[in-house]
Parts: sequence; C-alpha cells; structure tokens
Amino acid sequence: MTDPVRTQGLHYAFSDHVAVAELDLALHPGEVFGLLGPNGAGKTTTIRVITTLLPAPPGVVTVAGLDVARHRRQVRRLLGYVPQQLSADASLSGRENVALFARLFDVPRRERADAVDSVLDAMGLTEAADRTASTYSGGMVRRLELAQALVSAPQVLVLDEPTVGLDPVARSGVWDRIHEVRRETGMTVLVTTHAMEEAELHCDRVALLHRGRKRAEGTPTELMDALGPDATLDDVFRHHTGDTLTQSGQEGSMRDVRTARRTARRVG
Amino acid sequence: MSVLPAAPPAASVERFSPVGEVALLVRRMGAMCLVELQKLRHDRTELVTRTVQPALWLAVFGTTFSRIHAIPTGSTPYLDFLAPGILAQSALFIAIFYGIQVIWERDAGVLAKLLVTPTPRTALVTAKAFAAGIRALVQAVVVVVIALLLGVGFTANPFKLLGAAAVVVLGSAFFCCLSITLAGVVLSRDRLMGIGQAITMPLFFASNALYPVDLMPGWLQVINKVNPLSYEVDALRGLLIGTPARLGLDAVVLVVAAAVMISVASALLPRLARG
Repeated sequence: MTDPVRTQGLHYAFSDHVAVAELDLALHPGEVFGLLGPNGAGKTTTIRVITTLLPAPPGVVTVAGLDVARHRRQVRRLLGYVPQQLSADASLSGRENVALFARLFDVPRRERADAVDSVLDAMGLTEAADRTASTYSGGMVRRLELAQALVSAPQVLVLDEPTVGLDPVARSGVWDRIHEVRRETGMTVLVTTHAMEEAELHCDRVALLHRGRKRAEGTPTELMDALGPDATLDDVFRHHTGDTLTQSGQEGSMRDVRTARRTARRVG
Repeated sequence: MSVLPAAPPAASVERFSPVGEVALLVRRMGAMCLVELQKLRHDRTELVTRTVQPALWLAVFGTTFSRIHAIPTGSTPYLDFLAPGILAQSALFIAIFYGIQVIWERDAGVLAKLLVTPTPRTALVTAKAFAAGIRALVQAVVVVVIALLLGVGFTANPFKLLGAAAVVVLGSAFFCCLSITLAGVVLSRDRLMGIGQAITMPLFFASNALYPVDLMPGWLQVINKVNPLSYEVDALRGLLIGTPARLGLDAVVLVVAAAVMISVASALLPRLARG
C-alpha cells in the first residue's frame, strides 16, 4: 500500500541556514504521526514542503504516491491543513467558514450543505454554526478549523501545533475529535507539537527533529524503553536535543515565537 | 456523531483542460465574492464609515464648486461631472488597501490555508480582485444614491448601469492587484499603509475625476494618460451621464491593466506567503 506521506532525503535551506537536512519519513495509513522538536527544529518547514507551501525538488516528497513537485494541485486535494495560527475568519459564521472551504475544494453543490452540516456536527458545532466565529472560544475555533480541513474528506490531515494556547479541557476536546474522525474515516494525521505528554498519549509514532535532522523515530513506548525503564517522552526529548536554552541562534526565529504567542493570546 | 464525507478514491493524476480551468476560475471568483457579501451582511460599519468621504466630496466640494462655476464643464453641471469621479474614487479607496487585508491573512494563517486548496495562484488573486470589485460595487450603490439625492442626473438605462458596474469592478480589480503587488514587495502592513496613503491622492488628483483633462498642465496630462483611474472615470462619465467618452479604449485599457496586474500579483503571492 502507498505511504500517505513519504520524504526521501528532504533538504531545505533558507539562504545559508539549513532548516531540514536529509529527512526520511514514511507515514503509515491511518496513523497519527507526531513531528516533535524544539523551536527551529524544522517541523514547520517540513510541513510547509509537504503541503506545497514551499517548493520541493522532484522525487523527494510524495503524498499518496503523488510527487508534490509535479502534481501540486492534486496533492492539495488530498490534504486538510490547519496552521498554527487561529485562521478561521472571525467575521463569518462557522457555517460560512466551512462552506467557503467546501467551495474551494469543489465539493459538488448538491452534496455541499450535507458535507458542511456533517463536519460541523462531528466537531460539536451544530448549535453555534450560525454565530460569527468572533463569538467562539479558542477550543471552538480550533474545532471549526478542523471542520474546514475535513469538509473535503482529505486523505491526510496536517496539523501544525493544533493545541497551542488551549486549556486542558479544550485540548482534550480537540484530540477527541481528531481520534473520532480518524476512527470513522481511516485518514492519516500528521501533527507537530511541543507537548510531549500529548505526543505520548495521542501519537501512534513520532519522529524527533533537532536542528533540521531526525534524531529518533518510533512509537513513544519504543523511544522511552530505549532510554530506560522509567523514562518519559520528556526525557527522550531532552536526551536528543540537549539543553536547548544554552544553544545559540538555532531555536527558531522571533517570528515563530511571536506567532505562537499571538495564537495563545487569541485563544485566551 | 454524523457520517463524515467519504474520503476520495486513491490519488490519480488529474488532466486539466482550458474549459475546466475557466470553470474553476469562475467558481473561485464566485466563492470569494460570496464571502465579501457575507462579511458585509454581518458588519455594515465599514459601508457606513466609507460613505462619509464621498458624501462630503459631493455635498460640500461638489455643490460649492457648482455654484461658483470655477471649473468649466460645458453644458454638464459640475456636480454631474464630479459624481462619476467620486464613484471611482470611493472604489479606489476600497481596493488600494486590499493588500493590507492579504498581509493580515498571511499573519493569521488564512493565506497559507487558501494556498493549500486546489486553487492556482492566478485564480486566487483573480478571485480576490473581483471580490474587491464586489465590495466596491456595494459602496458604489451608496454613492449613487447620495448623488441622486443631490440631484445628479444619472442614466436609467439598465444596460448602461450594468456597464458602469463592470467598469467599477474592473477598476477595483486593477487597484486591488496593485495593492497585493505592493504587499508582495514591502511585506509589512505598516509600510503598505504608508505607501497606500502616499499614492492614493496623487492617483486621484492626476486623473480626470475632479476637472477636465484640458485644464491640466502638460506634465499632468501625460501622467493622466497612463493613469487607469482616468479611463475608469471617463467610462463611468460616458455611461452614467452621457458625456462623450472613448468607451472602447477605456474598456481595453482597464481589461489589459487588470490582467497585467493580476499576473504580477500572482507571481508575488508565494513571496508574500513566505514573507
């Protein structure tokens, strides 16, 4: 069976700064795969290449067997993408936000209303569907963004820090919805996160990136067992990344931090 | 939990045809224009606040200069001469700051999400350009109502009114794409705000919106010739109040200018998204 996402020797540099180096990944169908790593590790760059936002050389990245360099538009049809920022349009209602993406993904007109209703229902937003998104809580906005990403029935759902800034209840609400959707549709989920306890709890497999390179890959249990009987995923993270506070200039740009803070502020 | 939409079958390579591409472009334009109308339905504040300036231009500037006969406009009353110019100006003011919205969309992650939809960059920019046109058109209706209340004699010919609507949309599409182009160059909201303010009034004063071209000094007439706003005003004047106009030339200039600017803005969109 074709890997939902595969990278082979992915290398990406911004002028002289290498963001991702020789990255090999192969996601399995239907799994939740976590990309872990500190700020500036190369997680977002990897996601941006997979989602066609950054150009990839031919033959290096495939989605469902399609080369993202050669078949960008077809690849986009297979993806649902939720960026780190809260990206729902606050001046539109929940239903209008989702309907826009149904149109942009060419969901047929006669199926559109049902598709929009069903994803809103799946995300627990039916009652709030006709309120403007400006009245939603942070957790509701995240679920609305999931609804936007799911309305086209993607094969791969790509989530960039989906729970950043959310309180624990909203966080578990978002993960519950992701798991329900995965169970029902069998779609593959690629997620980046800083939160090790979330990765341990929710990811089937993880890859740990540091300074653009993959340092470890496996199930959370495999990685923890390899370090010792009482090791946590936090310990695994520290083991592979070191004391990142003492590193110089590699921990992500001010923009990364500003984006995360802005998102955290908006979700309140 | 309800039944979610079924995942599509395994990926296969799509074939693109010219007809299919045009249909896709029309669908994207429809989607973006609908969003603009939905936003206006939820919040009409901007519609009201943006009415103040054209209302002042018509009610204060227009009526005063009509009385003192300072600007010779032949047999056409000055207020009638001015109204199409103010219509074009209000559309310009909406479109020229559209790049700021696109920068906000970049910062909020909306642009990245739009770019991950199966929409070619050109279709996305064209859709946004025409969405700006729809917003400008709604504003234009308000300006027309004010002008009618002040006694301006607009045509009632529905075909001419439709033509005027098309001219407003085309002009707005050009200035919207000019704004997205500038956004793609300067990449920041603050810089674009400054540039937008710096070019808006020169574009307006270097056009035929306030006075006939014959009254301009020679150097300003040269600028007027390459200013798309002048062609928009000329067409609106010809269609709405029946003054002599080069409608064919106006239409060609507006279509070509919009097409060129859509191409340039589309080329800069990835740079803006990375910004």
